[in-house]
Amino acid sequence: MNSIALSQPVSQSSRQQQALVDPFWLRALLISIAVGFIILFLILPLIIVLLEAFSKGFGAYVSALAEPDTQSAIRLTLLTALLTVPMNTVFGLTAAWAITRFEFRGKSLLTTLIDLPFSVSPVISGLIFVLLFGSQGWFGHWLAEHDVKIIFAVPGIILATLFITFPFVARELIPLMQEMGSEEEEAALSLGASGWLTFFKITLPNIKWGLLYGMLLCNARAMGEFGAVSVVSGHIRGLTNTLPLHVEVSYNEYDFVASFASASILAGLAIVTLILKTILEWKQQRDRQELSL
Amino acid sequence: MRQSYIMPGFRPTLGFTLLYLGLVVLIPLSTLVFKSLLLSWDDYVHIITNKRVLASFRVSLSTSLLAALIASFFGFIIAWVFVRYSFIGKRILDALIDLPFALPTAVAGIVLATIYQPNGYLGQLIMDVFGVKVAYTPIGITVALIFISLPFVVRTVQPVLQEFDSTMEEAASTLGASRLQIFSRVIFPNVFPALLTGFALAFARGVGEYGSVIFIAGNLPYVSEIVPLMIITKLEQYEYAGATAIALTLLVISFILLLLINLLQLWVRKRSGQL
Amino acid sequence: MSIILSDISKQFGTFTALNHIDLEIPEGELVALLGPSGCGKTTLLRIIAGLERPDSGRVLLNGEDKTEHHASHRGIGFVFQHYALFRHMTVFENVAFGLRVKDRKSRPSEAMIRKKVHTLLELVQLDWLHDRYPDQLSGGQRQRIALARALAVEPSVLLLDEPFGALDASVRKDLRQWLRHLHHDLNVTSIFVTHDQEEAMEVASQVVVLNHGRIEQQGGPSEIYDNPVNSFVSRFIGHTNIIDTEQVDQIWLSSSGLMPTDASQKVAHVRPHDIEVVKDAEIPSQAVLKDWQHLGSLIRIELVETGLQHFKNPIYAEMPNERFKQLQLDRGDQVAVKIRNARWFH
Repeated sequence: MNSIALSQPVSQSSRQQQALVDPFWLRALLISIAVGFIILFLILPLIIVLLEAFSKGFGAYVSALAEPDTQSAIRLTLLTALLTVPMNTVFGLTAAWAITRFEFRGKSLLTTLIDLPFSVSPVISGLIFVLLFGSQGWFGHWLAEHDVKIIFAVPGIILATLFITFPFVARELIPLMQEMGSEEEEAALSLGASGWLTFFKITLPNIKWGLLYGMLLCNARAMGEFGAVSVVSGHIRGLTNTLPLHVEVSYNEYDFVASFASASILAGLAIVTLILKTILEWKQQRDRQELSL
Repeated sequence: MRQSYIMPGFRPTLGFTLLYLGLVVLIPLSTLVFKSLLLSWDDYVHIITNKRVLASFRVSLSTSLLAALIASFFGFIIAWVFVRYSFIGKRILDALIDLPFALPTAVAGIVLATIYQPNGYLGQLIMDVFGVKVAYTPIGITVALIFISLPFVVRTVQPVLQEFDSTMEEAASTLGASRLQIFSRVIFPNVFPALLTGFALAFARGVGEYGSVIFIAGNLPYVSEIVPLMIITKLEQYEYAGATAIALTLLVISFILLLLINLLQLWVRKRSGQL
Repeated sequence: MSIILSDISKQFGTFTALNHIDLEIPEGELVALLGPSGCGKTTLLRIIAGLERPDSGRVLLNGEDKTEHHASHRGIGFVFQHYALFRHMTVFENVAFGLRVKDRKSRPSEAMIRKKVHTLLELVQLDWLHDRYPDQLSGGQRQRIALARALAVEPSVLLLDEPFGALDASVRKDLRQWLRHLHHDLNVTSIFVTHDQEEAMEVASQVVVLNHGRIEQQGGPSEIYDNPVNSFVSRFIGHTNIIDTEQVDQIWLSSSGLMPTDASQKVAHVRPHDIEVVKDAEIPSQAVLKDWQHLGSLIRIELVETGLQHFKNPIYAEMPNERFKQLQLDRGDQVAVKIRNARWFH
């Protein structure tokens, strides 16, 4: 019996026989087109970032990164991510809990509204905060009186980033928790576990990879957001420049080494994100397979 | 009201969700609507029908459309190759598809501008061979938007191709269909809705894209100025009314596109009897 | 159309799915390929269809060697286990597909296609569903549409992979009869794969029993049942008591009438209805009636040996309802056992 069970997947995968196989020339052609396109549009830009960053040598690269303005941009970028990712994570968890564990009216509307920031142009995402807190905005007058600065200051950057990265964790968790169902949690609760205990012992272990996945994407966007932040930041060097803005400012000042040096850090971040993302996808898939066995 | 007897935390989680959603998303977004309500219809029409603004809409819509079409064509081939064939390095390339999601748009912007500028790595070559200038023209904008659009298409088509029941192909084969007929009559119609969805997502994203485009666009009024840049220009000139009017129009276009996507998916499910 | 398979072998990695299969199927038969899962029956069917390429051997349809022919040029109709209906097409378009993909020369006119599809849909009694989509149909309906679609190209051989496997028990019963009648009317050489011996016996005119990639036996249902060639077939078809004579008391054996005629006969296979149960104080008893179950027209009796637990497993006997009442049997009764017929394997 064992040998039969083991050999089934083999026969399944080899089932792509006569009827389904494309001729060699077609396969070769399509693979060449696909690989060529990926090299041209994805791999080449990555290489160019490094080439340009090191175009004046390693020393110039290091000193560009060591510049105080670059350093402060890195610090601001980290601060932004450090604040926005936890906030949107807490939101994602509560929203997913409310939406997947209860029935209530307007649920699908709520789910749609959570996705809303994804369909808003980054520039508009910045603009709305200028309209709210800018000197001509709704609260502009009051803020000026109390000497609180939001636009062209760090709070504005954080608010805009919060808006942009708002859906990432929630939209990852909602389908996951929906699929998971609430039977295990109900079992724990009926055995006398408290709500928090149930969440930490039952829910969290089940959704951990999905949660990390959402946080990873949220973080990548928080560190990399350009359009929205650009509108609210005011581009004050050393004060309100995040790393992506620093890339722009240096580029526009023809300081290409500085620009590409900062860009290389962000490209490195993107590569790390992709690697972690692949690992998390693999973990999730493996957990799912274990579940179905 | 299933589950409500035993599952704890309904009020606090829903309450927090609504509060946070309101503060972070709904109130800020609604200012756009309220602000534009202060405009009279004539003012609005005046702003939008300004020649330079209209030109920016034409540039944004046409380049996004073209980019989404090109990305759909190549994205379909890439998804097909990933699902159907095996070759060395496939998994790495597969992971790389998401690069445009992960790479900050400003980085993409300066790199693409560097590659395609007239004396750039490829810009020079294309200039010499075809006599075409890529950067600082609508072609450059299209190139940047193809970069941004690609993962939308691949990632919507790929799972559908993966899930595609290959016994349908075998069935078609035993009924006498040729390979081409199987593709055009069985596979493609089943994947087409996903391709259309990916196309629409890419198009919607392209219309609002800013960071990856502005460096390569050259931002020449009437020629290569995109709508998001118009908004920023207005804002920098303290023309809040103008920025609001353009932004609202752009937002409505995005929403219409998303509505179309949802209707499309509804229609597909209805048509195949899943509803 | 007759089918001849000669020396067919197929490996999947290290797993041998088919091991030198030779099989002849005369025209007009309704054949069941029967065997446990993993025995290679589906692979064999797919090789006949051209969906799988054998590692060695030839496939001859009507005397013509079709081994190298593509599935689309073999003139076969294939009904898939999960039907593989085209989800984006209506029932009508599904059935019409095979006609529409013909090249211009042999493609019938639109009017002909309409007429033919509706005739086929009437044949499977589902013409009223012609504008539905597959997802809107029940399992039994999909099954019949899949059959109509396969028949549309007028195949000379009809191949069905586990045709009733995915259906509810009640629907399955009806469809079995229906398929048998349909085959009778159309008289197309048909082969279906099943792991359910009852289904094979009920529907097929010929049964081919496969195990571990080999053909164990081929023959009519009664022949397979009455004269199984080996222990596997005997156990696989119908119910059988297996009695190892080396583990059973010799006196018990002789009194029940089960005596090997020569030394090589060690294991006896006894059908439940070949065991007679006698309740008579005059005759010394060898067994106790432990339990009995009602199987409709038959009663199944579970017997254990008196005293010592010589049988590892109980012996099952079956008798008609009336006989059971006549004997006034009940749990705990001491009974004598007479074995009327046994087959010996080693």
